[in-house]
Amino acid sequence: MDAIHIYQNNYLVVAVFLALGILLPVGALTAGRLLRPYKPTKEKYTTYESGIEPFHQSWIQFNVRYYLFALMFVIFDVETVFLYPWAVAYDHLGAFALIEMGIFIVMLALGLLYAWKKKVLKWI
Amino acid sequence: MVNDLLTSPPGWIHAAIFLGLGACLLVIVLGFVTYAILAERKVLGFMQLRPGPNRVGGRFGLLQTVADVMKLLIKEDTIPKAADKPLFVLAPVLAFAPAFMVLAAIPFSDHLKFSDLSIGLLYYIAISGITTVGILMAGWASNNKYSLLGGMRSAAQMISYEIPLVVSVVGVIMFSGSLNLTEIVEGQKTVAYMFLSPLGFIVFLISSIAELNRTPFDLPEAESELVAGYHVEYSGFRWAFFMLTEYVYLFAMAALTTVLFLGGWNPVPFLGFIPGIIWFALKFSLIVFFMIWVRGTMPRLRADQLMEFAWKVLLPVALLNIFVSAVVKELFLR
Repeated sequence: MDAIHIYQNNYLVVAVFLALGILLPVGALTAGRLLRPYKPTKEKYTTYESGIEPFHQSWIQFNVRYYLFALMFVIFDVETVFLYPWAVAYDHLGAFALIEMGIFIVMLALGLLYAWKKKVLKWI
Repeated sequence: MVNDLLTSPPGWIHAAIFLGLGACLLVIVLGFVTYAILAERKVLGFMQLRPGPNRVGGRFGLLQTVADVMKLLIKEDTIPKAADKPLFVLAPVLAFAPAFMVLAAIPFSDHLKFSDLSIGLLYYIAISGITTVGILMAGWASNNKYSLLGGMRSAAQMISYEIPLVVSVVGVIMFSGSLNLTEIVEGQKTVAYMFLSPLGFIVFLISSIAELNRTPFDLPEAESELVAGYHVEYSGFRWAFFMLTEYVYLFAMAALTTVLFLGGWNPVPFLGFIPGIIWFALKFSLIVFFMIWVRGTMPRLRADQLMEFAWKVLLPVALLNIFVSAVVKELFLR
């Protein structure tokens, strides 16, 4: 029974911290509303562009390079999802699992090498 | 006390007590942020042979940050007309909430902890990733070219450095056989993991500085080219929450480094009579000082150097570290 209580309480703490993390900004900004001035002029609400008259939107299609890095991130982040349970259970799994994990990592390293060769990692 | 609370059946009273404890931690963290900013400015000042803040609150400028916060609180709040208002308002909250949430997993001493999550480390990494979304949202919602560039760069940098960061701790997990941060500290009774896994420690330290967007990796807000990066359009207290996020993460990351590599509250040999919490505070302060020191020493990297360093140097080293750790474990921990 203890284990389940610890489990439930842990996530109760997490929920409480989430609530506090949201309450502080909301509370501070609401309290700030009473303190701060409100004197809107048209110029204040323009977009800042170093003093130049703003032109065009900035909601545009963006450089594809960022997408490639995001793709790489997903691959290697999923890899760590596999690595963590293996590392936790390493003591019970022994040498065989180590070799298997070696093969797994080498295969991913080959993928990294391929991306490297294809100049995906080159930032221009 | 918390241990008793955690083992008893949960209920509304528990929620209330946790809320009180969490609020205490929040106040402590805000106090830390106030004086970390002052310490940063003071230390940087001494490194650059100038006095730093020395007017408000006596000769050490003890109330400088308090005055700054007060000023921010009474600043007018402007949201640009062209911005996407709901996202613009949501972004600081989305950036800040995870920064505070991750603190739930960190044990500060034997008795002083808020939870005993069995997946503590994974929880930290998973939750801290959400901040990237908040920053990207701020950059996008502002509808400003500088913000967009800053937000995009920030997202690219944070995801790139997250990989070496998470891979470098695999060694630590192998040594301790657990993701529970308390058990990781217990595993360092005889020797801290920074000595067993020096490679992992160095990779972790470098990537943690990059994750915090601090110099030399502060490209997202490189003021010489992007004005202020993703928060160009933010003013007053909304802006303050981005700064707060940054410094709460400094707190969290320094605490995590202490727990994972420096042995948490375990004392240095022969000095066991000093209580654990003081050891934790000392090690924690050392990490914070190191971060400030790096900021005072290193120039900012170029964007291409930054990205290539993460993928071509840190990631292969972090992967290698897994096998080095396996060897170390066989040799010393059997």
